[in-house]
Amino acid sequence: MKIKQQIAISDTGFLFNPSTGESFTVNPVGAEILAMLRDGKTEDQILETITGTYTVEKKTAEKDLHEFAGMLKMFQIIDKE
Amino acid sequence: MEKKHYDRPLITRIEAGMPGKSGLRGELPPTTHIDGQPVAELIKTYGSPLFVFSEQTIRSNFRKAQKAFTTRYPKVQFAWSYKTNYLSSICNIFHQEGAWAEVVSGFEYEKAMENGVDPGKIIFNGPGKTREELLKATENGSLIHIDHLDELYLLIEVAETSERKPRVAIRVNMDTGIYPMWDRFGFNYENGQAWDALNKIMYSGKLELMGLHTHIGTFIMTANAYGVATSKMVELARALKQKFNFQVKYIDMGGGFASRNTLKGSYLPGSDTNPSFDEYAEAISSALINSHFTPDDLPLLILETGRALIDDAGYLLTSVIANKRLSAGRRATIVDAGVNLLFTSFWYQHQVTVAQGVSQYREDTTLYGPLCMNIDCIRESINLPVLNPGDHLVIHHTGAYNVTQWMQFITFRPNVILIDGTGNTHLIREKEGRESISGMELLPGHLQKIQE
Ligand SMILES: Cc1ncc(COP(=O)(O)O)c(C=O)c1O
Repeated sequence: MKIKQQIAISDTGFLFNPSTGESFTVNPVGAEILAMLRDGKTEDQILETITGTYTVEKKTAEKDLHEFAGMLKMFQIIDKE
Repeated sequence: MEKKHYDRPLITRIEAGMPGKSGLRGELPPTTHIDGQPVAELIKTYGSPLFVFSEQTIRSNFRKAQKAFTTRYPKVQFAWSYKTNYLSSICNIFHQEGAWAEVVSGFEYEKAMENGVDPGKIIFNGPGKTREELLKATENGSLIHIDHLDELYLLIEVAETSERKPRVAIRVNMDTGIYPMWDRFGFNYENGQAWDALNKIMYSGKLELMGLHTHIGTFIMTANAYGVATSKMVELARALKQKFNFQVKYIDMGGGFASRNTLKGSYLPGSDTNPSFDEYAEAISSALINSHFTPDDLPLLILETGRALIDDAGYLLTSVIANKRLSAGRRATIVDAGVNLLFTSFWYQHQVTVAQGVSQYREDTTLYGPLCMNIDCIRESINLPVLNPGDHLVIHHTGAYNVTQWMQFITFRPNVILIDGTGNTHLIREKEGRESISGMELLPGHLQKIQE
């Protein structure tokens, strides 16, 4: 999963895609995941951080991460593999 | 280090031109308590889903409605519409407040009797009364509202076998300028059927005419329709006075006042746009007071208000089962209460709030019930905070017609509780079990085993 180069992400969870002109908001968990994606972290690393920081089971976090990735793809924020 | 609370990751597109946070969408605060009782505790004790009724709200609604009318008209009597909600505890709250009973079947009639209502204060409406039911109501001195000519003739026959004269009114339907016009119940005003029926009653000598009844429709959004209807009823009363020198004892204007719910497809919430009791009362009372009636012979005004008295006193508590994404990316949430319990979701956009402290992130969601049926949708689109399985939701204004029109379909119906005026909770209808349903079935001998 790789975030497209041109996407701007603010610390407050605000996203802007200059190529489509669309903006988005993300919640804190979403923002954290985006930051990790930007840093080139793998899915396993992301899950480890999330389950270490939040009260969530791995199973749930994994399901949510996949779904979140689906949304990112739909909004054309990450490249399709 | 203690772990942080988890909300599933969420991304939402910001759409230009959409009303902002405090705009039209009106973000509602969580409903953590009902009448001081924590929602989470109620569910823990009585299970989920759960219907909850507030006695305090019922009594206060009744008193508000009563006051709106009695401050404008001297003789007012409410009759509780059983079909709106016939749980006996609910009926008896209304009866304790002074309401008579308005019933539309033999079953409801028996229920009112069992609840201890004076039979002379039971109004028996509806198109489907049987000879036996008419005889019983006649002998008990109940008020029988005649729906059609066949019933009128049947009642004249019944009168011949009874010691007592049936006490009757006719149901009148009419054009009040609202659409749709209900003309399937009763006798039409404009084409003269109603006047014809009244003449038949007067000339028969077998029936004791007590009053006139109408019920112009339900969820009537314009108070003025009641002004029109009342004037037409007054006109019939005037004609009876003129021709027979006969004075009607009451005019029954039926029910139909809108509750605070929002109808599907409305742009503005019903709580902002629907008329108040005062507006309805003003329309009806003015038409009566400005009529030919002298102060001494003003008839009793009867009202059979249903939904407007009980809708906001009922809550349906439910729990989130799961979240999913639909093919186009839309969020959908599945909860454990479906249209089997919430019949009114077919016409209301029910207000739904969360029952716990929430994440500040919200998302447009479709709310589905748990039934494996396409129709099982509680809200097609509602803006809700991020929800996790196990979270509780409160569906508001569910007091009218749901605990009577609910369906035993696919699964059981849940517990119903009442929170009394001091905050105590009472189970008023037990949840169903397999026995409640299978117990009525009979298996023919050759079908008792599926294998020899
Ligand atoms: C004869 C009669 N009276 C009263 C009512 C109660 O109506 P509402 O709940 O609209 O006030 C009904 C409901 O259909 C009815 O048929």
